[in-house]
Amino acid sequence: MQPTTDSPANRSLPVIENVTRRAVVKGAFATLGAAAFVAAASPIRNAAKSTTADEFLQQHYQELSVADKRAVIARLEAETKQKYGADVEIGDDRPIPGTKFVYAINLSVCNGNGKCVEACHKENNHDRSTHQSYIRVIEMPKGTLDMEQGSTTYTGTVPKDDKFYLPVQCQQCDEPPCVDVCPVQATWKEADGIVVVDYNWCIGCRYCEAACPYHARRFNWKQPEIPAEEINPNQSYLSNRIRPAGVVEKCTYCLHRTRRGQLPACLEACPTGARVFGNILDESSNIRWILENKRVYILKEELGTKPAFFYYFD
Amino acid sequence: MRDLSTNEIDIRSHLTSYPRFLGRSLWLATEGSLGFYAWMTMLTALFLVGTNAWAHQVAGGMISTNMTDQVSWGLYIANFTFMVGLAAGGVMMVIPAYLYHDRKMHDVVIIGELLAVAAIVMCLMFVVADLGRPDRFWHLIPGIGKFNFPLSMLTWDVIVLNGYLLINLHICGYLLYTRFLGRTPNPIWYLPFVMLSIGWAISIHTVTAFLYCGLGGRPFWNSALLAPRFLASAFVSGPAFIIVTLLLMRRLTHVTGLDSPIATLTKIIRVTILINLLMVASELFTEFYTGGSHASAAKYLFFGIHGKTALVPWTWTAIVLNVAATGLFLWKGVLRENRRLLLAIACAMAFTGTWIEKGMGLIIPGFIPSTLHEIVEYVPSQLEWKVTIGIWAAGLMVFTIAIKAALPTLNDGRFQSMDQVA
Repeated sequence: MQPTTDSPANRSLPVIENVTRRAVVKGAFATLGAAAFVAAASPIRNAAKSTTADEFLQQHYQELSVADKRAVIARLEAETKQKYGADVEIGDDRPIPGTKFVYAINLSVCNGNGKCVEACHKENNHDRSTHQSYIRVIEMPKGTLDMEQGSTTYTGTVPKDDKFYLPVQCQQCDEPPCVDVCPVQATWKEADGIVVVDYNWCIGCRYCEAACPYHARRFNWKQPEIPAEEINPNQSYLSNRIRPAGVVEKCTYCLHRTRRGQLPACLEACPTGARVFGNILDESSNIRWILENKRVYILKEELGTKPAFFYYFD
Repeated sequence: MRDLSTNEIDIRSHLTSYPRFLGRSLWLATEGSLGFYAWMTMLTALFLVGTNAWAHQVAGGMISTNMTDQVSWGLYIANFTFMVGLAAGGVMMVIPAYLYHDRKMHDVVIIGELLAVAAIVMCLMFVVADLGRPDRFWHLIPGIGKFNFPLSMLTWDVIVLNGYLLINLHICGYLLYTRFLGRTPNPIWYLPFVMLSIGWAISIHTVTAFLYCGLGGRPFWNSALLAPRFLASAFVSGPAFIIVTLLLMRRLTHVTGLDSPIATLTKIIRVTILINLLMVASELFTEFYTGGSHASAAKYLFFGIHGKTALVPWTWTAIVLNVAATGLFLWKGVLRENRRLLLAIACAMAFTGTWIEKGMGLIIPGFIPSTLHEIVEYVPSQLEWKVTIGIWAAGLMVFTIAIKAALPTLNDGRFQSMDQVA
């Protein structure tokens, strides 16, 4: 590694007198370019204004202390008041020990009326303009379970004689592919089986949306718009609080209700009684009896996702 | 080996000479003809348009893209996937230069490494453009955020892409710096990294394929052939881009000795383009002969389903370009001195064909039909095109500047002295 005769001193910058003018011109254009860049990026400044330092620096939900959580929730409630003009109460509902929630739908009874879709839309404070909901109902021809034959955009009076109806929402899988793929652990499975998202930790890469085989996840393509009087004030941090733009959300089995001993909104809204919800660990529960005695099947069993969501026929 | 005191002096001299090296590189990179300034001005303007579009996307939400919950990745991730291939493709210069001791290739191998740097920069920009919350990017930094390694393939991709960027920055930076100092590069400081970069190049595209093919709910991607296909097409698009670069350098610079690398790269494409076509044919046979709902994405891609045909023109354009490019490459006339334009056209066709096939042609059918078999189509919005063009302009700017800074090392034969050590 000996320096050659062509020493660094001889090879450095050209003599400065010859280049002063060029250097000034280059510097001027570099400054102009930088200024143009700042101008071009200026819309970001508006977005940055609505993000506080506290929000930016907020830690992952599972890292927050009780005091941290209290502060975060107070901030979120204040923000909802300021942005939406609504007084809401955001809880931090934790799983009930000895509980594993499962859902079942009786496909012989469901008639595709879509009340569950509508109830979900209202209960979970979904964006009004996009008619968002965690539930999609597929109208299927009788005689097949192949979803390719179905339609999610059916119209007209239901039920039709030659059709049956298949509501699909998050299956709260025991082997959730969406949780595995998340690069920042913004989504995880809780002790009662519910897969949740920390909306303040999600980076919005949407890998989970690609990974989910049940189209259970939704992305907030914009800040949700809801009139103040329509906002459901009974909220929970991991559930139906109004989500920020640019993050992924999903069905939580209405944990802000079910962890408080109530039933999911979609079940309460169902006029046919097709929906059954409960704790599978409770041997005397209705859901347990159905799973033990009915002809039950799960969606896309071959993928090995082990759903906690069952379909059955009478 | 020199004693310690000399080393100390050496380190102190680096503290002054390295900034001088950076200054000189910046100076060289901004010197050029009127055409060069026009080219850079155009790229700057396009980059600014893209910056502005992205700023609007961040401020107003991604509703201004045409992506939906059904088709949740679009033009950005399509380009990202293709650019990973371009970055890996540069290795097709490194392998002949270092494993087969091709002298002429060795003289210009740095072009492949600089292409890798520019392409990875573009990859990272495309990923950031696709994030709903770019402000939370720090959640992805190991140690500070929560890095879901090794479970999430995306964290593997973060590691291999940034690692590949650093390896190539080190190799290029070291070679250019020693050249600036007028010294002979010490093989200990770069040869191990060159060897590492060969394996690493394979890994970036394999891991990127694993992002998709590991998803059981997406039958179109869930194929073991995906990673090999990615590599085969990367070794078409990478060399094709480099050949065009070399052809342009032949016209615009005084660098000599480019004909032999061009011939070598053309011969490489002759093989890889056939392998790529074979793999596409193999996938198509499996899809269409088997049939059933497993094939519906392929049906949508090639023929459309239920009158929804947004991707069909893209696909057939890619097929025509790829097949025609294959024909041109296999014809021996394409290598003749007086048919340089034809070679450039063949490269452009192969490049564009691969861009469609591995971009829109791969990402979008993964989502159509959706997992609930809904057919929701996707056509990129104007904003998405602006951001995409802006990122391409930024990448070409990085590449142009890097080549400019490296030109003095290519003009004389000093690099050839490295052949003895390699």
